[in-house]
Amino acid sequence: MTYEMVIGLETHVELSTKTKIFCGCTTQFGGAPNTHCCPVCTGQPGSLPVLNKSVIEYAATAGLALNCGINTQSVMARKHYVYPDLPKAYQISQYEQPLCEGGWVELSGGRRINLTRIHIEEDAGKLVHQGGAVFIDYNRGGVPLIEIVSEPDFRSAEECTEYLEKLQTILRAVGVSDCRMQEGSMRCDVNISLRPKGETKFGVRAEIKNLNSFTSVAAAIAHEFDRQEELLSAGGAVEQETRHFDADTGETSSLRGKENADDYRYFPEPDIVPVIIPEDVLQRLRDGLPELPDAKRERYISALGVPEADARLLTKYRKVSEYFEAASEGCESPKTAATFMVTQMFSLIPTEAERENWSPAVSAAQLNELVKLLEGGKLSRNIAKRVFSQMLETGKPATDFISEEDMAGFDAGALNELCLRAVAENSKSVDDYRTGKEKAIKALVGAVMRESRGRANAIEAEELLKKIIAG
Amino acid sequence: MNTIKNVRHLLKCKEITCRELTVRFLKAAEELNPELTAYITLTREAALKTADDVDKKIQKGEELQPLEGIPFCLKDNISTKGLRTTCASRMLEDYTPIYDAAVWESLKGQNAVIIGKGNMDEFAMGSTCENSYFGGAKNPRNLGHVAGGSSGGVAAAVAGNLAVYGIGSDTGGSIRMPASFCGLVGLKPTYGAVSRRGLIAYGSSLDQIGPIAACTEDAAAVFDEICAKDPLDMTSEGSEPVSDKLTGSVRGLRIGLAKEFFDGLPESVRRPLDEAVDLYRKLGAELVELEFPLLKYVLPTYYIIACAEASSNLGRYDGLRYGHRASAFDDLNDFICRTRSEGFGQEVRRRILLGAYVLSAGYYDAYYNKAQLLRKSIKNEFSKMFSRCDVLLTPTVPVTALKSGAGMTPVQMYQTDICTCSVNIAGLPAVSLPCGHDGKGLPVGMQLIGDKFSEDVVLNASLAFERETEGSHLKTADMGVLL
Repeated sequence: MTYEMVIGLETHVELSTKTKIFCGCTTQFGGAPNTHCCPVCTGQPGSLPVLNKSVIEYAATAGLALNCGINTQSVMARKHYVYPDLPKAYQISQYEQPLCEGGWVELSGGRRINLTRIHIEEDAGKLVHQGGAVFIDYNRGGVPLIEIVSEPDFRSAEECTEYLEKLQTILRAVGVSDCRMQEGSMRCDVNISLRPKGETKFGVRAEIKNLNSFTSVAAAIAHEFDRQEELLSAGGAVEQETRHFDADTGETSSLRGKENADDYRYFPEPDIVPVIIPEDVLQRLRDGLPELPDAKRERYISALGVPEADARLLTKYRKVSEYFEAASEGCESPKTAATFMVTQMFSLIPTEAERENWSPAVSAAQLNELVKLLEGGKLSRNIAKRVFSQMLETGKPATDFISEEDMAGFDAGALNELCLRAVAENSKSVDDYRTGKEKAIKALVGAVMRESRGRANAIEAEELLKKIIAG
Repeated sequence: MNTIKNVRHLLKCKEITCRELTVRFLKAAEELNPELTAYITLTREAALKTADDVDKKIQKGEELQPLEGIPFCLKDNISTKGLRTTCASRMLEDYTPIYDAAVWESLKGQNAVIIGKGNMDEFAMGSTCENSYFGGAKNPRNLGHVAGGSSGGVAAAVAGNLAVYGIGSDTGGSIRMPASFCGLVGLKPTYGAVSRRGLIAYGSSLDQIGPIAACTEDAAAVFDEICAKDPLDMTSEGSEPVSDKLTGSVRGLRIGLAKEFFDGLPESVRRPLDEAVDLYRKLGAELVELEFPLLKYVLPTYYIIACAEASSNLGRYDGLRYGHRASAFDDLNDFICRTRSEGFGQEVRRRILLGAYVLSAGYYDAYYNKAQLLRKSIKNEFSKMFSRCDVLLTPTVPVTALKSGAGMTPVQMYQTDICTCSVNIAGLPAVSLPCGHDGKGLPVGMQLIGDKFSEDVVLNASLAFERETEGSHLKTADMGVLL
């Protein structure tokens, strides 16, 4: 029997507000342990939470960007569980009336992953294991989170990682989170069950908690699929349980079964009045939404003539698309700046984090200048390419690397002369070409390019060479 | 009897320095506390420091703020930075807060002289003050009887002349009941009138801080100083000061009497209340007969909501950051279990268990949800009554001060809250004032309940009664500091 996997994701994303959700402490990552906290976020007796308004606005913005309905009134609730990193023994979250409901994320194949809800809540502190002892650091306690709950719409690990990347791109584009999985500002729980292909009912699911990288998500799903498949194929049953994924072994193991499942004893938080978003605030947030990555990509392709693959790359990171738009400003063909970036810059900036931060040696204005020189016919494509790599190496402007000769231009007469010379001086290649070795023409083009010090247009040169040889 | 007005006058006329005054209160408290257990902690240093500051101001001829230099007692569930705050619990026996409650901030800001932290039922759970880890406060009017709960120590301090006034908290009657038992005026303000920031939570949607004082004007004066809106308490709304609005006239005031409050009342409590009603009639008030059929659901509603919230609020006491710590344990889970079992007294443990039960999966709808629905209905019923009257007159407690160690069952104990806790359920203001005695010399309290933010109306009715009876029911015990 072949099985299909059914997956739903719960994704926790830290919001990048300056201060915590219920007090004025900073949300800055790092900091000496227990220096970013106060009576409220350490749950001192008698302390009271005050809901940070910008958390509501950030979360509603996320909801709008993900096509959710925003509830103008929502309710905070207490979720109870006992763990040392949770100083009040309850997490202030939302339960029955979340801030956002519905919504979807569209995958590249056009398939929509539906969202159930998005709610706001506080993060917990962190346990630090050191020299056999356990310490608690409450700096992260009270950092605002949104939990994005999807419907069980995924059918493969690839869909899950694409969805997560998509979330990352969108939430970064609207500026509500930096979504850094390695810093824990984006984390994911996977709910996965199997069912025979063609079956419409859901199987029993396992929940894998706290995955903190795309590779872990994919690996955990792969392992869990194998485990459940083996169980079911042998006539066994999957138990509803919570499982832990060990990134070192690539395996999942049981944390607790259904009978030990937490009873969170949710009830409305009496210390916080209902969360109201007035319609005018909602309208302001709607109006303030930037162009979203999908729309931007479509525009790059259809209006700017950028190839799809390039458009995908350029719209993945907010700062990259901002850079591209500045670099191509006022150019005849915005595609030119895109080509420079994709072919020459990305290889120098290989990591996700660097791309996200996008601070290349060459400013957008400098690239813009170069593109305009190229478009003005002052430079050939080849010279521009060489100049750009020199710019990237040094951070200096284009004019530093362009000689008078480079700027001299290269007219048809000069090209004709060089081609004639190349044919005369490379008789072997000419013969090869004549006897059907098509590739031999490349050697002749190479000679012309060398002689012209890159100023010649290779395509024009090739055409002219063929004409000359053909007589 | 010491009143704020009298003491202020003595200070202003330099008949006594604030330091002398403070020393007298501290000395009396030290002498009497072993018997009364009104205070859990005496805050000598803080009191004397403040007193000296006040004396400097007086010497310079500066104007005194309304509560400046007046010795008072602060209930021990109100957070005081640097001053031990125990909630009368072994759990917090050695806990010293790192921040000030909003109420203490404003009182400290005007040099109110804190004599000490008032005894109470552990975490404010109780009706006798006998659930205190430090032993219950005695009733200064009769030492064989309890001071009432939960703010019993605060009432005992005021009634025993160990403080001029006190600040308590009231979740289901914890200000009004001890005020009633000790013959004092206790005001439970409208929910939201006074900031709860720094009040160690019992039932967050019910808790409210308020004054326990020797007379109505004092209660009003203290309320005026603590009723500010606090941006750091989202449930706080603040309130207008009331003292200037008090006329002492009840002419035309509609006083409601809902018969359910008087059902089964012992004659000894009923008689003074009937006399009070007659007196109001004589003063020109209009009496309105009302019904409150939901009264029979008030206790279960209250105890479900209060315990649910308590079970949540008290989860934080795990010994990891502050408070009692178990010394012998196997692992983290065992540590937390032992810490909590050792740190909490029986009544607190009972309410935590009850609360966790009514919130747990499968029982939530049957208990907590139903209680919330009833809460709405009770509020509506009050609204209806307040469309027909301005003030509801009820007994504060169906009995007078209980004998110490009477050994009631928890349910009998809970029943003493029958007249007071509906007020918290509906978030209303209410005052308890003495209106007579039960024939054995123990005070009988009368409760006046008003609509939201009508503290001025209930206090005005209280003042009218006080003036007409020439304060004859206002009496503190013959002990402590008699100025």
